[in-house]
Amino acid sequence: MLEVAAINAGYGESQVLFGVSLRVAEGEVVTLLGRNGMGKSTTVRAILGLLPITAGSIAYQGQALQRLPSHRIARLGIGLVPEGRQIFANLTVRENLLATAANSRRAREPFTLETVFALFPRLAERLRHYGNQLSGGEQQMLAIGRALMINPSLLVLDEATEGLAPLIRREIWQALTTLKDRGLSILVIDKNIDALLAIADRHFLMEKGQVVWSGTSDELRRKPELKSRYLGLEQ
Amino acid sequence: MTRKQLFLLLAAVLLSLLPAAAHLFGNPYLLSLASRILIYGLAAASLDLLLGYGAMISLGHAAYVGIGAYAAGILHLHLGAPGLAPALALVADSEVSGLVILPLAVLAASLAALVIGALCLRTTGMHFIMITLAFAQMLYYFFISLEAYGGDDGLSLLGRSKLPLVNLDNDTHFYYFCLFCLIAFLLLASRLVHSRFGLILRGTGDNERRARGLGVNTGRYRLALFTIAGGSAGLAGALLANHSEFVSPGLLNWTLSGELMVMVLLGGIGTLFGPVFGAAVYLLLEEGLNMYTEHWMAYMGPLLVLAVLFARNGLLPLLISGRKRHG
Repeated sequence: MLEVAAINAGYGESQVLFGVSLRVAEGEVVTLLGRNGMGKSTTVRAILGLLPITAGSIAYQGQALQRLPSHRIARLGIGLVPEGRQIFANLTVRENLLATAANSRRAREPFTLETVFALFPRLAERLRHYGNQLSGGEQQMLAIGRALMINPSLLVLDEATEGLAPLIRREIWQALTTLKDRGLSILVIDKNIDALLAIADRHFLMEKGQVVWSGTSDELRRKPELKSRYLGLEQ
Repeated sequence: MTRKQLFLLLAAVLLSLLPAAAHLFGNPYLLSLASRILIYGLAAASLDLLLGYGAMISLGHAAYVGIGAYAAGILHLHLGAPGLAPALALVADSEVSGLVILPLAVLAASLAALVIGALCLRTTGMHFIMITLAFAQMLYYFFISLEAYGGDDGLSLLGRSKLPLVNLDNDTHFYYFCLFCLIAFLLLASRLVHSRFGLILRGTGDNERRARGLGVNTGRYRLALFTIAGGSAGLAGALLANHSEFVSPGLLNWTLSGELMVMVLLGGIGTLFGPVFGAAVYLLLEEGLNMYTEHWMAYMGPLLVLAVLFARNGLLPLLISGRKRHG
């Protein structure tokens, strides 16, 4: 479904990614793991067309993504939940969900306000609150709901649970499990490897702008040394 | 009924009774001033679409007012001289010239906004402010050097446009026609900003990158809003030309752009109705102070500073909520 092949990318003079390759198959939940500054978010930015790549290729359902503007990439079916959430602060919860809602791929069972509220009941109680009147957890739920409302076939979450209380985190992991059961493909960037082992099918470990290991959850469980080596003290 | 609805109802009643009151007190001059307020209110509210809903700080909004005014003035000139425009001869002497002039003025201003917007919207922030100003000043100097239509001296209209049902030469009729245009614009605009189109624009104003990341071609939405705002300002310009039966390059000068911006901020940015109120306060202050001193600007300045300090969200939100709101 998503095929990232040996991409290089960077900011100005400094190259950040060195031949990163990864793939997400239909209906799969894949993680991108690694310590801070290893190139996870840069990889996401490159996929979404927010950062040009200097080598390699990115394809989504057979279509080349490089050089497409980011709004076209989103319409092909990649929904991003960005780092830092980036809720529209001047719109209400309801307006945030409806403003960019679309079904450009003609999904047969599109997401609606009701399905999003079933996933995150808290949002239904905050309908008329503005984006800047929400707690961090509510904002995160809204960011996920907003991305779902464009009816993506691949959901990309960049640090979705960073800085959230454990209870809220659990609620978000639970939602991801529900979405996986719905058949949605998901790419998660996170540091909470233990929670993700249960949800995800495959994992890619990044260090210094390269993918240094990839494998299934079982394989990762059998190699605890990977965890300490590439993820450090993150627990 | 909310305070806002009550306030608007009160304003509507007041505005519709104003001509009767002006005649009662034998002061028809009031009516001309009131018409001017309505027209400036329309121009300011159209700028509020850009400032308050699109986060596009345009400092060249006078350009579209001016183009609308000149379009009306130039058409008037040619329609008034039979033989010059044979294609338009049918409507030239007829009693419906306004049906041609007003829409064409709006069209001319919209087209100008479309072209200028397409270029300006490639930039953001400070650059956008400067480039909108630059285009407006270019047009200002263009009309100054346009000798065929009066150049620096401006252009006289010799009468107002003709419309069926209303007689614009009658000041009361003209006032009600301005009121009709303003209300129609406010109704359409408030529907617009609450539609999905408006939501996208407000979201884009907050975080354009994110809106694009969610599949929105933000450039098109912004250009559409810029064009709508320009066309509405063009209508205000055409009305203004009819009001004073005179058009001058001064209408395109940056001082008018600045005044419109002050009206928006004074009345309440992002409220649509606020800028109309702001226009009323501004023009009444100008008129009132002018009676006492020709240095009225020296008093106007500090008053505006006070208004900005004590009514940061504008006067209308302050009146409606009855208390200061921060942020």
